[in-house]
Amino acid sequence: MAQKHVVARVSDFEGTDRKLVEVKGRPVVIFKLGEDWFGMLNRCPHQGGSLCAGKLISWVESDAPGEFRMSREGEILRCPWHGWEFDIRTGENCARPGKYRSRQFGVSVVTKEEAEEVGNLEKFDVSQEGDFVVVEM
Amino acid sequence: MNVQTKPEVKRADEAKVGIADCDTHPTPKSLEAEIYPFLTQHWRDYIDTYGMVQRIGFASGTQYPKGQPRASRRDSFPPDGGPPASNLAFMQEQHLDPHNVDMAVSIPLRIGQALNQAELAVAVCSAINDWQEHFWTSKDKRMKASIVMAYENADACIEQIEKHAPKDDFVQVSMLSRTPEPMGHRKYWPIYEAAAANDMPVAVHAFGYGGNPVTGSGWPSYYIEDMMAHSMSCAGLITSMVYEGVFERIPKLKLVIVEGGISWLPSLAWRLDRIWEKNRLELSHVTRPPSELMRDHIWLTSQPIEEPDTRRHLLETIEWIGWEKVLYASDYPHWDFDDPKHVLPANVSKEQRQGFFRDNAMKLYGLA
Repeated sequence: MAQKHVVARVSDFEGTDRKLVEVKGRPVVIFKLGEDWFGMLNRCPHQGGSLCAGKLISWVESDAPGEFRMSREGEILRCPWHGWEFDIRTGENCARPGKYRSRQFGVSVVTKEEAEEVGNLEKFDVSQEGDFVVVEM
Repeated sequence: MNVQTKPEVKRADEAKVGIADCDTHPTPKSLEAEIYPFLTQHWRDYIDTYGMVQRIGFASGTQYPKGQPRASRRDSFPPDGGPPASNLAFMQEQHLDPHNVDMAVSIPLRIGQALNQAELAVAVCSAINDWQEHFWTSKDKRMKASIVMAYENADACIEQIEKHAPKDDFVQVSMLSRTPEPMGHRKYWPIYEAAAANDMPVAVHAFGYGGNPVTGSGWPSYYIEDMMAHSMSCAGLITSMVYEGVFERIPKLKLVIVEGGISWLPSLAWRLDRIWEKNRLELSHVTRPPSELMRDHIWLTSQPIEEPDTRRHLLETIEWIGWEKVLYASDYPHWDFDDPKHVLPANVSKEQRQGFFRDNAMKLYGLA
């Protein structure tokens, strides 16, 4: 059964859209996309590239050579090594959905009071104001 | 970016013995800082005034960048600036140390070899060789250099080979696959003879600018077609060298095909054998089956290794090539880097793994 882990402060994401954290000894990259939060194992399922160094790009579709439609800006993560692409919402690989996927983890934001119930706040100075980011693993 | 990194944990089986990486790409921080010191004032002024034009007609630039910025892993840019693989300390931290690499062959690209101005090409190649020695091999004994050559000028190549081959810093001579003439052409023979006489393998790395279209039927539309065409150019250059009699004329010649993939080689050998048997009027100077010549004279580096959906098909392919002929290569820092932890399937014997990751290369290069 997945446990909740407090991994960051919301304020850590000022000026950035991502943060690499460690949960149960495993590297997890947290992305903040607008008001949405996503977490995935920081290893590409292909050869282990560090996904937190990847670029967030758009979903690209084409019906014929030279025709392109772009949508969902910033919702596709491209591995910094070989360029494998993953839907940040589902983890599905874009070229071969159903065959490969990145390992996703639930991410949510909780208040200080709620975070205290999760009970692993040792790494944080809880006297500061602000909400906390929680990963389920 | 909000990234905290930690060193990768070494696996126990990797920690025992270091691996040999037969394709890495050190790059100068800048021409002015690191290459100009090895050029005369004349050539510095020449480059500032006229630039370095590649042999690629009617194009205002080259195919770079490719796929990723500077064709490199996005995490390979050194934190204190400069292009990927321009900082030895960062390359040690990101690649050599965590992957337990204890021999890495440097193959500098993009500068010198395929310049259209022949004398400039000679001067820049000479500078690149001095630069490798001063900035890389003398600072980390794991790094081994390639003698970069302006291969359209055989005399200049011989001079560079004779100058650098006796040093422990250099392990091979380096050409690019897209030569202006097929590689079996006689004008290149003196280079092969000098390399063999100095016990240096000739490595042929992907790409270059020969002035010819990159495919037999012209210029493709997409970068990735250009990249794939390298394997075809390697099939072409091997065919040329086999059928034009290079390997029989120079029995000590060792050829290393770098970054072309590997799986096309066995089928090429099968085909060359069958055609050779039937065309003795043209090919009677080739006295042994092409597949035998290829087994004796050709090595392949692994990257970019094929990744068939059924992984054992890759192992069957390596069986056909010969496990002793394939050398691990990472291509660090480029975007199609192969991580040594993932490059081979799990069910490979200890001996095969040891040869692939180390022994084949150490034997080829005469290293302990």
